[in-house]
Amino acid sequence: MKVSNALWKDELAGEMPEDLAREIDIFETELALRKQGKLDERLFAETRLRRGAYGQRYDNGQRHDGKKVQQIAYPSGELTKGPNTMWDAPGMQRIKIPGGGVNPEQLETLAELAEEYSDGIVHVTTRQDSQLHYVHIDDTPTLMRRLAAANITTREACGNSVRNVTACPYAGVCPDEVFDVTPYSCALSRFLLGHPDCQNFGRKFKPAFSGCSQHACALTNIHDLGLIAVERRENGEDKRGFGVYVGGGLGAVPYQAKLFDSFVPPEELLPLAQSIARVFARHGEKKNRNRARIKFLVHDLGIEKFKELVLEERKTLPPDPRWTEYLKGAEESHEEPLRPPGELSAPAAGPFERWLKTNTRPQKQEGYAVVTVALPLGDITANQLRALADIVRRFTKGTVRTTVEQNFVVRWVSRSDLPEIHQALDAVGLAEPGAGTIIDVTACPGTDTCKLGISSSRGLAAELRKQLDEKSFQLDEAVQNLHIKISGCFNSCGQHHVADLGFYGVSRKMGGYAVPHFQLVLGGEWGHNVGSYGLPVMAIPSKNIPQVVTRLTERYVSGQKNGEHFRDFIKRIGKVELKNMLDDLTRPPADKTDRSFFRDWGDPREYSLGDLGVGECAGEVVSSTDFGLAAAEREVFEAQLALEDGEFEQAGKKAYHSMLQAAKALVKIEYADVPDDPAQIVQEFRTRFYDTQKFFDPYAGGKFAHYLFAAHKKSDVSYTAESARFLVEEAQLFIEASHSCYNRLPAPAAV
Amino acid sequence: MELQHVNVKLLVENPGEVDLEPLIPIFHRWIQDQVCEELLLDVADYRHVEAGPGVVLIGHQANYSVDNADERLGIRYNRKAALEGSNQDRLKQATRAALAACQRLESEPSLNGRLRFNGRELELFINDRLLAPNLEATRAAAESDFQTFFQKLFGGNDFCLSYGNGDPRRLFSVSVRTPRPFNAADLLNNLAC
Repeated sequence: MKVSNALWKDELAGEMPEDLAREIDIFETELALRKQGKLDERLFAETRLRRGAYGQRYDNGQRHDGKKVQQIAYPSGELTKGPNTMWDAPGMQRIKIPGGGVNPEQLETLAELAEEYSDGIVHVTTRQDSQLHYVHIDDTPTLMRRLAAANITTREACGNSVRNVTACPYAGVCPDEVFDVTPYSCALSRFLLGHPDCQNFGRKFKPAFSGCSQHACALTNIHDLGLIAVERRENGEDKRGFGVYVGGGLGAVPYQAKLFDSFVPPEELLPLAQSIARVFARHGEKKNRNRARIKFLVHDLGIEKFKELVLEERKTLPPDPRWTEYLKGAEESHEEPLRPPGELSAPAAGPFERWLKTNTRPQKQEGYAVVTVALPLGDITANQLRALADIVRRFTKGTVRTTVEQNFVVRWVSRSDLPEIHQALDAVGLAEPGAGTIIDVTACPGTDTCKLGISSSRGLAAELRKQLDEKSFQLDEAVQNLHIKISGCFNSCGQHHVADLGFYGVSRKMGGYAVPHFQLVLGGEWGHNVGSYGLPVMAIPSKNIPQVVTRLTERYVSGQKNGEHFRDFIKRIGKVELKNMLDDLTRPPADKTDRSFFRDWGDPREYSLGDLGVGECAGEVVSSTDFGLAAAEREVFEAQLALEDGEFEQAGKKAYHSMLQAAKALVKIEYADVPDDPAQIVQEFRTRFYDTQKFFDPYAGGKFAHYLFAAHKKSDVSYTAESARFLVEEAQLFIEASHSCYNRLPAPAAV
Repeated sequence: MELQHVNVKLLVENPGEVDLEPLIPIFHRWIQDQVCEELLLDVADYRHVEAGPGVVLIGHQANYSVDNADERLGIRYNRKAALEGSNQDRLKQATRAALAACQRLESEPSLNGRLRFNGRELELFINDRLLAPNLEATRAAAESDFQTFFQKLFGGNDFCLSYGNGDPRRLFSVSVRTPRPFNAADLLNNLAC
């Protein structure tokens, strides 16, 4: 869409890390191939998802406009970027922020991209990522290049891959932590990014690090792989390690992560994660998307059997120097303050006092505080991001992170600077108090942009924020400390299970019309890295939810005994009492002319489920062989381009390499760890596919395999115009034959 | 230089009186009736963000919004798709689209006449940092295009250009003020000549 897309690649040449640059070039070629119909839409969907380019509501080319379903006449016509996903439909771009760590320059880059490719807003997610909405797929390679130049990647931000490795945003400064988990989370993120053992999952895989077990800042219990810092005494010395938990997850039915090992030393962290990934890839469900997360595998096998498989796998891993190399210097401090420590010179008063109470917390380093920048619904404008970058530079050495509560935290602020930083944030609308309180509502995108959204989670969150903010001064302290989390559907992206008051979108028919509802979920424990999950209580029309919150909180204030926690109060009064308390709110209004009930928050259209689409959270089941063959096609395409440009040597090399890619893709079916060495690939291919005649075409027999053998034999010879042209053609045929062979093979049995 | 992805923002009168909530059903209606030349797709509500994009009507080729960036409330047209033609053609297209949207909003009964173009001030942005970095050189290169275009827009009447925020991180923009007020219809007529 942008005119400058053609210019940015040259503009940023040399400024991007080589691996990221190459990865984006590959994606750009895949876009071109898809446009030419040379790449299957399902495969393209998974490859774009693995670059963080996600679908959005209405991308199936239709939208209920409140009166009727409108067909959207996108200019690119029938061209798709995935099954039932129109090419021109605006999409969401997720951007990985490992551990939530960003620097001021990266904030500025995000601001630029939000303005130029999105709608001027950067959204912080519940997994510390950033998201841009309404992005055109044609703009994504440029957007990725600009991110790469700022050392940010979108690789594996979505799809069946290792997602953002999250970490406690207070790591390194929290008085309660065992040790700073930051370097370990960075090492794991770096190690698993693009790792061959993580390319064949049935679903996504989410790791998280926490520096302690008692707080909720990293929510390790809801993760596929949760790592909690622990120390133990060995030979008179404190030795660092991790409590390792596996198989946690939210979704429709939440699972608590199970303890895998109470102490894993740092040097075993990466190989253990690799072994877990391999077991998940090999044994995890692939066909039934609803049971493909690792939580089901752990549950079905039992933690002991799962552990046994992982430890067996661990023994087979060839040593990798990165296991320890990436952890070098982990025990040293990595952040420094800009200014000397200090204390407030005068008592706080007015708005500053309230902000100080809710939006700052002391660091373990005396005289410093962490400042929370509370973002309404996780949203921040481009101008605010630039201002935040300036503020971070002015008061710190660039120490800022995102949080799972969709906020930013600025670390290492001298306490004597707190009045000044409050003033600076206030000047740009970023000093809203109430961080981490009932006002700081978390919500997933819901019906605003998500294809699976049933009710408007953001609309409800905005309304609750507004109403609670108006009376925040009157709210009892116990109520202020409650958490509200809202999901647009049962999939729990808004983490409704872990809140004191959780809601997820459902619908009900009333008088023949669909009415947006939310299921009320009570009893979740936010503390202890999510100590327990809440349970659904009843479904209530969306428009009555604010009254539900008011009744429950008022009743809690008047009925709590001896300072009991909200979840204990709810348990004590019981479901019957809850039902009596809220029953009248489950019905539509007596006034039949009141149509507001049939509309959702922030959406004037008559409510309909007609816009529900097929979600892309589960990605597409695409095997590593599918990917390998697609990579081979891409490479032979590049060989053709080189041929056209008269670069015969390059063309020949690429054609030969594309054949190796295809052969390797087939070998992987039987031998997952096939090395990259060309001689070994050819040998393995010969033994497993040629000698066994599995590769043989029903008509041409083993003819196409000989193209590979011949090309390999002559791989050290220079290519002429003629030999390069022959080889490109042979490579194309070999890849076609590889596809045919793959299609003839029986489907692997599900475990 | 090539001026693409032109944004035009018409500043409104008495911004304190304007309630953005009624814009949500209005923009949804515009989608139902596809009232603009662009393909209209969705409505994004950012009223909860201070000095933000306000309420945005998302289109394929362009977005329309009533935005409050820099705490300056205005009706904004954001051209996303590239346009053929000259710089004058592109400036004209974006300005016409913004003025047409302004006319529609001014005549919306549910807004009770509260959303009105102040007639004296508009802002123009180039939403592409590579084509138009916010630098003195860009100002020098674009000046004659702007002079020509605004001469036409204001029918030869006086106007004053100012290049506001010099922060190189921000979009290249120019602010235009006129001593006498114009209404949207006058300006559209001038562009039609």
